Amino acid sequence: MTDTSVQSAANNDVREVDQVVIRFAGDSGDGMQLTGGELTRTSAIMGNDLATFPDFPAEIRAPAGTIPGVSAFQVRFSNFDIHTPGDSPDVLVAMNPAALKVHIGQLKSDGILIVNTAKFRATDLKKAKYDSNPLEDGSIDGYRVIQVDLEKLTRGALEESPLDTRSKDRCKNMFALGILYWLYNRDLEPTLKYLDEKFGAKKPDVAAANKDVVKAGYNYADISGIFQTSYKVQPATFMQPGRYRNIMGNQSLCLGLVAASRQADLPIMLGSYPITPASDILHQLSTYKSHGVVTFQAEDEIAAVCAAIGASYAGKLGVTSTSGPGLALKSEAIGLAVMTELPLVIVDVQRAGPSTGMPTKTEQADLLQAMYGRNGECPCVVLCARTPADAFEAAYEAVRIAVRHMIPVILLSDGYVANGAEPWRIPDADQLPAIDVKFAEGVPDGTRFEPYARDPETLARAWAIPGTEGGTHRIGGLEKSEPYGDISYDPENHERMTEMRAAKVQRIADELPPLEPLGGEEGDVLVLGWGGTAGAITAAVSRMRADGKNVSSICLRHLNPLPNDLGDVMKRFKRVLIPELNGGQLALLVRARYLIDAYSFAKVQGLPFSSDEIMAKVEELLAENDG
Amino acid sequence: MSTTGLTKKDFKSDQDVRWCPGCGDYGILNAVQTAFAKLGKKRHETVVISGIGCSSRFPYYMDTYGFHTIHGRAPALATGVKLANPDLDVWVVTGDGDGLSIGGNHLIHALRRNVGLKIMLFNNRIYGLTKGQYSPTSEKGKMTKSTPLGSIEEPFSPIALALGAGASFVGRSVDVFVDHLVPMIERMDQAEGSALLEIYQNCNIFNDGAFKSFTDKDVRDERVLRMEHGKPLMCEKDGVQRGIRLDSNLQPELVTVGENGIAIDDLVIWDEKRPNPAIATALARMSEAEMPVPIGVFRDVARPTFETGVLNQVAVAKERSTQSLQDLLTGGETWQVD
Repeated sequence: MTDTSVQSAANNDVREVDQVVIRFAGDSGDGMQLTGGELTRTSAIMGNDLATFPDFPAEIRAPAGTIPGVSAFQVRFSNFDIHTPGDSPDVLVAMNPAALKVHIGQLKSDGILIVNTAKFRATDLKKAKYDSNPLEDGSIDGYRVIQVDLEKLTRGALEESPLDTRSKDRCKNMFALGILYWLYNRDLEPTLKYLDEKFGAKKPDVAAANKDVVKAGYNYADISGIFQTSYKVQPATFMQPGRYRNIMGNQSLCLGLVAASRQADLPIMLGSYPITPASDILHQLSTYKSHGVVTFQAEDEIAAVCAAIGASYAGKLGVTSTSGPGLALKSEAIGLAVMTELPLVIVDVQRAGPSTGMPTKTEQADLLQAMYGRNGECPCVVLCARTPADAFEAAYEAVRIAVRHMIPVILLSDGYVANGAEPWRIPDADQLPAIDVKFAEGVPDGTRFEPYARDPETLARAWAIPGTEGGTHRIGGLEKSEPYGDISYDPENHERMTEMRAAKVQRIADELPPLEPLGGEEGDVLVLGWGGTAGAITAAVSRMRADGKNVSSICLRHLNPLPNDLGDVMKRFKRVLIPELNGGQLALLVRARYLIDAYSFAKVQGLPFSSDEIMAKVEELLAENDG
Repeated sequence: MSTTGLTKKDFKSDQDVRWCPGCGDYGILNAVQTAFAKLGKKRHETVVISGIGCSSRFPYYMDTYGFHTIHGRAPALATGVKLANPDLDVWVVTGDGDGLSIGGNHLIHALRRNVGLKIMLFNNRIYGLTKGQYSPTSEKGKMTKSTPLGSIEEPFSPIALALGAGASFVGRSVDVFVDHLVPMIERMDQAEGSALLEIYQNCNIFNDGAFKSFTDKDVRDERVLRMEHGKPLMCEKDGVQRGIRLDSNLQPELVTVGENGIAIDDLVIWDEKRPNPAIATALARMSEAEMPVPIGVFRDVARPTFETGVLNQVAVAKERSTQSLQDLLTGGETWQVD
């Protein structure tokens, strides 16, 4: 933090800082996601750059006060370009001992710790498995501890409210939020307006209570003297001119699909089955009916993808959304789409596996599944979304490739990208790239229609949709010969068709723009990443370059085919480091394909990389280079 | 009569039919092509979708649009086709393994939703393409390659299953009863929503004679109960009329007209439009050994189709909203950076 002191009119010290990282942690019933979300929204409206990291348990409501029930939300906002939600928080709000226990380890050594003393009774400590009270045993003395009895103060603020005590207590997160709003000079208005919109019409008493409590928290921080200093984070100035909104990864992915659907003039037919953390895609697209989106909640993952394939076959944009276990179930059907050469977009919002794994935790371990997880030689296009805002372009590109090349595209997102938020420069809908779609025309009676006639440039077959007169033909999962699609067991034909399906994927690489490494075209270390690690990699490399280190990075969008120039770019660096939230899957692919000694940096904790971790690893390689 | 001028031959594709000689599938293919010509279907508006199995080779032999998909998933894929273009005439061909074993889930949900699919389930009570294992409709005790000591499983009744799933049209016919099969295909075509037709089909290689005990010429008049709407449930052979009456527990019992004071009026007058499927289910579950085997329409009720409901919501949303793509991208709160 760099800061400059100024004196505020209200006689307290206001310091300007360029960024802050705040983490709210409490029970899953404490409203931490909502509280963090409000601070995020307000900061977005105030023009800061920001990034968020929600971290919640899989259980809807684990037993109150226990460690498995802790839910957290981290938000970082700044006046400069940031790429991650921050490594360690400046402020930790701990609503109970369990939250303190889980999160205190990451708080900065001089960080502010706000604790809700109402929940530090002997029973609460026991639930969190504390032998002694951390508020009294000296274990947290190093932090700037602010002890607040949120329950008492909230009830006090609501003496006049008709709500029962239980309902009053549920407002205590707003008291904590109010304190933070004062501490960081946030505008209360957006949240007051939101509370009116959320509860106003149906539950005016609840709206009033929440508003009173957030204001009470703000005023308490102002007059109680618990802080000597408040902080200001000016709006971010680096940003490209334009209109911005705050956006989460799942949201922008949906918008990318809808935008591409309009540009291609192909209505979306989403087949999906609820699964964490992809369900929000189904929810979101279900509200876009006025944009022609049809959503189908199928009986299972297989039916979901099959319905999407059926829709594509009949001339719509078939999309299916899922997470890793669902992708596994869909694999046979994806093979059918590869075999019948139909466009299809498969969204996999990855989570920690294997099997059910840790559904709410992030991971990138489905890369090899996306690449190879099907029977036979069965290549798909594989793309990834790198940040919440980037998911828009990734989805758009997925649709473009699927319909132009008549091929299934697997789009990998992950829990971190899906649930994270950041500012997004809203694109001009009329300036979006065109996506041209042409359906095949029928042939006169007495002539055979050729469903496997190919475009010489892309090798895509004709998109011949039922309903076209003179276009009747049969397709299926059996090996076929060209151009009629007749079943064929001929050995040479099978090999030719296998090569054709692979060549179709490879052709896509020819139309990709050249890679532009962040940093230089050559140097000591190239950090090569893909997907949601982009933020941490970009942050780490930017900082190291500022320190004069000869380090660059590439965060891939296209994973299959890989860009044609990737091999040449990598060769211009002494070392290549591949950080991944898996056991080293991209590293395996890169080493096999390019025969280079890429260094894998694997992490599988269900947590994203911090930029510090990546910097430390790059330093190691630099030291080896020197040594 | 056909309004398109197309004949049965026009629905034959140029592919050689490759079922075993003598297979019941030939008769069904012939009946479907006959019915399609009679119904005046247009080739380019018709889609035949199948899963995996002997029956699922069907689309290759029809000169319509055809999609030979993967094992058990034809109803799911066909649902997507119907949602994408409800004007298409979508026929699903499946078997007792494809439709009731690996694909059972998709079948019941397509029927529950009332997707406008015409589903022909060829029931030969055996796995033919994999060369002779028992299927979900094989009788208990069935000796096959995978059950050398006899199957210990109770079979499904596809009809009872479909009725249980709430299917709006459920019927049964037999491969060799061309005079019955063609009109049944026509009845399916008239059904608004999903229609399931179970077709008893003889596999002369792995389960020959499975339906012989009631389809043979000399026994069929007394062993097959042809259900007709508004008529008593009755079969007649050599002047002897036997029919179905409901006993005091509302269970079907076989009675002979003229015996014990029983008149034709005592028999169940068949009502395929009855909203409650209880009687139809009871008929579907009658013992094949002890009772005549019902064929015909078990149920034909009107229900709104799934695709109509889904697409109506989209149409209404489009009509009511003026939100442009730009509005959608912009969303609620925004800020300007200059």
